[in-house]
Amino acid sequence: MKFVDEFRDPRLIRQASDEIRRLADPSRHYRIMEVCGGHTHAIYRFALADLLPPNIELVHGPGCPVCVLPMGRIDEALSLVDEQQAIFTTFGDVMRVPGRHGSPLERKARGADIRMVYSPLDALKIAREHPDRHVVFFAIGFETTAPSTALTLKRARQLGVSNFSVFSNHVTIVPAIRAILDSPDMRLDAFIGPGHVSTVIGARPYSFIARDYAKPVVISGFEPIDLLQSIVMILRQFRDHRADVENQYQRTVPWEGNLPALRALAEVFELRPYFEWRGLGFISQSALKLRRDYAPWDTEARFEMAAVRVTDPNAAQCGEVLKGVLKPHQCKLFGRECTPERPVGALMVSSEGACAAYFNYVHRRAAAAV
Amino acid sequence: MCLAIPGQIVELVPGGHLATVEVSKVRRTINVDLLEPTPEPGEWVLIHVGFAMSRISDAQAAEQLRLLAMLGEDAQAMEELEGYRFENG
Repeated sequence: MKFVDEFRDPRLIRQASDEIRRLADPSRHYRIMEVCGGHTHAIYRFALADLLPPNIELVHGPGCPVCVLPMGRIDEALSLVDEQQAIFTTFGDVMRVPGRHGSPLERKARGADIRMVYSPLDALKIAREHPDRHVVFFAIGFETTAPSTALTLKRARQLGVSNFSVFSNHVTIVPAIRAILDSPDMRLDAFIGPGHVSTVIGARPYSFIARDYAKPVVISGFEPIDLLQSIVMILRQFRDHRADVENQYQRTVPWEGNLPALRALAEVFELRPYFEWRGLGFISQSALKLRRDYAPWDTEARFEMAAVRVTDPNAAQCGEVLKGVLKPHQCKLFGRECTPERPVGALMVSSEGACAAYFNYVHRRAAAAV
Repeated sequence: MCLAIPGQIVELVPGGHLATVEVSKVRRTINVDLLEPTPEPGEWVLIHVGFAMSRISDAQAAEQLRLLAMLGEDAQAMEELEGYRFENG
């Protein structure tokens, strides 16, 4: 229990850990998926697996936006920098995602006008400061960030900014969970539901998981004690032969979600018929595109773009890791060709990616112990 | 980009949409259009990519700052907050 001493209340952590041991049926194995990349990061950072009995396995889910982004999307958007002399803007996490001709960061080092922003509103501001240039915002993220892109687009329209467009890679979490549930090589028993995504969508969208698949879902906060309490709540559902959606993160997640954010999403975006997810393949109605009213601000409607499909490097096993079939260190490239400093796959890029989290905490800790 | 940064509302910027927040003595402008009703000065909010996304208590704000520090993301969170550039709309 290496990290117990720095927990805010070590006594609560021990109690939760003991409760988990009491509730877990030793004759069965539990595979619980934490959907959100922020949870994956916290689980590795706090070595929470060490506090669980061996028959509880945490499986890392698809909730890391850069990890599930197909490589071709980066190449497609970067082609505009060459063809239109556009300014490419995006969040820091995307800057290091490898594309076929290098990551945005490497392209920037070679002279392309690529700028990191912290908010989509910053990208809009750059467009207003450079009326003679086209500015593309490479938008990415689940329902946590999509409302911010929606409001930025509303503002662009209101201000009549015509040299700004959004290349939307926004995805929605629920269809991905459904695809995982329907996938023949996934055997999961329960879900730890995402925290921040749920502040926007609320708890109701997960009800099909309990109703149609009979799997418990507990929406969780990010503190170690939150995650352990969520596992206690899941195990109590198994003990009582129930499958419900429960909310451990009630202090932040309202059951019905954030209504102004949901309204902004509905006003600006509509569902794409299908979208490719790295590792999971094409998932229907799983991503957001701009509505027709916003076509002048939609990069894909405004410019002729070749849909680029790039297959992952052969040796990289990002797909298997993303689906939880392989653990990060079981990939052939892990820690050798692929490291956080020189990522081959996107799971190694973001601190929320399972490979980067595993490398930074488990791998480095083990190396330091040698 | 999934960082949730706690900030305390200092004042609302006239004209709507924006507010000044403070966290660890750093003041920046954020957008508050995703919260209904609009947060009042003194209230804490969780900020994602420049937008207040939820209202939180003082205790939760302290807890969130501590969590960011433990995850090694506190410097990154301050860098993000200081990086917002849209104060003039």
